[in-house]
Amino acid sequence: MPGRRFVIGVPYFWLILFFLLPFLILLYISFVDMGNDIHPFKSLWDAQTGELKLKYANYSSLFRSGEDGELFETMYVEAYLRSLWYALCTAVLCLLMGYPFAYFLARSAPSVRPALLMMVMLPFWTSFLLRVYAWKGILADQGVLNQGLMFLGLSAEPIQLLYTDVSMLVGMSYVYLPFMVLPLYANLVKLDVRLLEAARDLGASPWTVFWLITVPLSRAGIIAGFMLVFIPCVGEFVIPSLLGGPENLMIGRVVWDEMFISNNWPRATALAVLMIAVIVIPLAIYYYYFNGAAAEPENES
Amino acid sequence: MKTFLEKHFGKLWMGLGYLFLYLPLIFMIVFSFNGTRQDAVFTGFSLRWYEALAQDTKIVNGFWLSLQVAAISGLVSATLGMFCAFVLVRYRRFPGRTIFSGMVNAPLVMPEVVIGLSLLLMMVGAQKFLGWPQRGMLTIIFGHTLLGMAYATVVIQSRLLEVNRSIEEAAMDLGALPHQVFFLITLPNIYQSLLAAFLLAFTLSFDDVVIAEFLSGPGVNTLPQVIFGYARRGINPTIYAAATLLITTVTVAIIGYSIWVARQARQRRREIAAAARAGLKALRRGASPEAMLAGSGGVIGQ
Repeated sequence: MPGRRFVIGVPYFWLILFFLLPFLILLYISFVDMGNDIHPFKSLWDAQTGELKLKYANYSSLFRSGEDGELFETMYVEAYLRSLWYALCTAVLCLLMGYPFAYFLARSAPSVRPALLMMVMLPFWTSFLLRVYAWKGILADQGVLNQGLMFLGLSAEPIQLLYTDVSMLVGMSYVYLPFMVLPLYANLVKLDVRLLEAARDLGASPWTVFWLITVPLSRAGIIAGFMLVFIPCVGEFVIPSLLGGPENLMIGRVVWDEMFISNNWPRATALAVLMIAVIVIPLAIYYYYFNGAAAEPENES
Repeated sequence: MKTFLEKHFGKLWMGLGYLFLYLPLIFMIVFSFNGTRQDAVFTGFSLRWYEALAQDTKIVNGFWLSLQVAAISGLVSATLGMFCAFVLVRYRRFPGRTIFSGMVNAPLVMPEVVIGLSLLLMMVGAQKFLGWPQRGMLTIIFGHTLLGMAYATVVIQSRLLEVNRSIEEAAMDLGALPHQVFFLITLPNIYQSLLAAFLLAFTLSFDDVVIAEFLSGPGVNTLPQVIFGYARRGINPTIYAAATLLITTVTVAIIGYSIWVARQARQRRREIAAAARAGLKALRRGASPEAMLAGSGGVIGQ
């Protein structure tokens, strides 16, 4: 059937051209030697001898600086670990803020729920960049927050908030909070209230009900929200550029610097390939858990 | 079974949550009207930053560029997303389906830095061997479309799964050609999701700075790129003015859209009720239940 071939062929062609091919080029450059200013990388095949020259050093040098350097003590490993650490902290913060928020949102009166939900979505539709930028003005040494603290007499002099861990985590959890709230809400709104009532009738305290029934039943939502926050946070580029200082360098920025400042294309691509690996591993865990949760017969109502 | 504490704790927590979400927006709106460059003290109402905004050619040019890029990549994303959704929902078996669905979904989890870098490398290569495309508007559109179509596919796919296929089959049984079925039955059923997909892809493109930073050429700067450049240099209330205009536009658009959706839902309920009344009347006149359902024009059946 020609129609079917057309419908499959058009997006297939597009994806091969703009997704698969660029990725293969990325992978290719990560295995070749660095070139000069005009040709930033050398060919994988030696033109004279026809010899294949795979250069694993692009990868190994990420883990060990120089010949006799300590293993795993390079700025790249540090940047990866820092990215993972910030992503983890952000996901935990979002969960702590977002879970009660989603819970009460799901328990609010059905008549106001669409409006409340829309209010969560609305900041998401306005520019992400502008919202991050606003935090720069709020958290600055002479910013609103410090002025407010000094006015209230809580602090004698401005506290350094901008370009620290505080501004990084505030900015990241601010941006990604809706990504936690929405899947949790979608899960909690389906929760069968009769189960909670039954537990209460049988003498469980509200806390017991919450920990033994609500939380386990919303596990799929917790995992989904956690991943939706964690994964984009690892590769975050804009927030560390605006709200972070030199000590808050994350891996996205390192890739950029290697590419455009050091002009070391093979190393930049090797870093990018490793970045994908760092993202794929938690994702595999997510699918493992997600499919496990889907297999359980938890929606019997 | 709400306890006293739960009731009030809940309201307090949600209030704080919304305050957190809206604090930066309120902050930018207030300080866009500030009289001085100062950032912490409101020194008097003024419109000087709006004037500065209108005279800033970099921002104005960036805005028009972003608008064009977002419109084009939004349209292409929605179209390609529709193709992808059709393939994923309707064609369960064909060679390379796993790779296809992997490639469709990958941009959703791929860091933007990696997308930008890999596309940049390809564009550089293509320019070297083919002399085309020059880095600029077109390359940014390519990059944004890759991201936009992944999101568009998710939106359209979820709608397409809900479409009742028996209506399409009925149309084909009655002799409609495949393209007639598509344009007369399927498209009207999914056009709302197409619109949603377009808006999502448009917003993603209008908002993106990372991919644009990788793919834009010299002198070609989208609005987010201009803002990003200003933002790294320090406080500039002109950006607050731009933000205020954007927030106003988005708020008006979203409220308008939800009113439109609510009105459509109400109209649909009215139609269903009218159809049910007509069916009941026919039933009273002695028609069979099957004829009654047919008389409702298929509205109830959906």
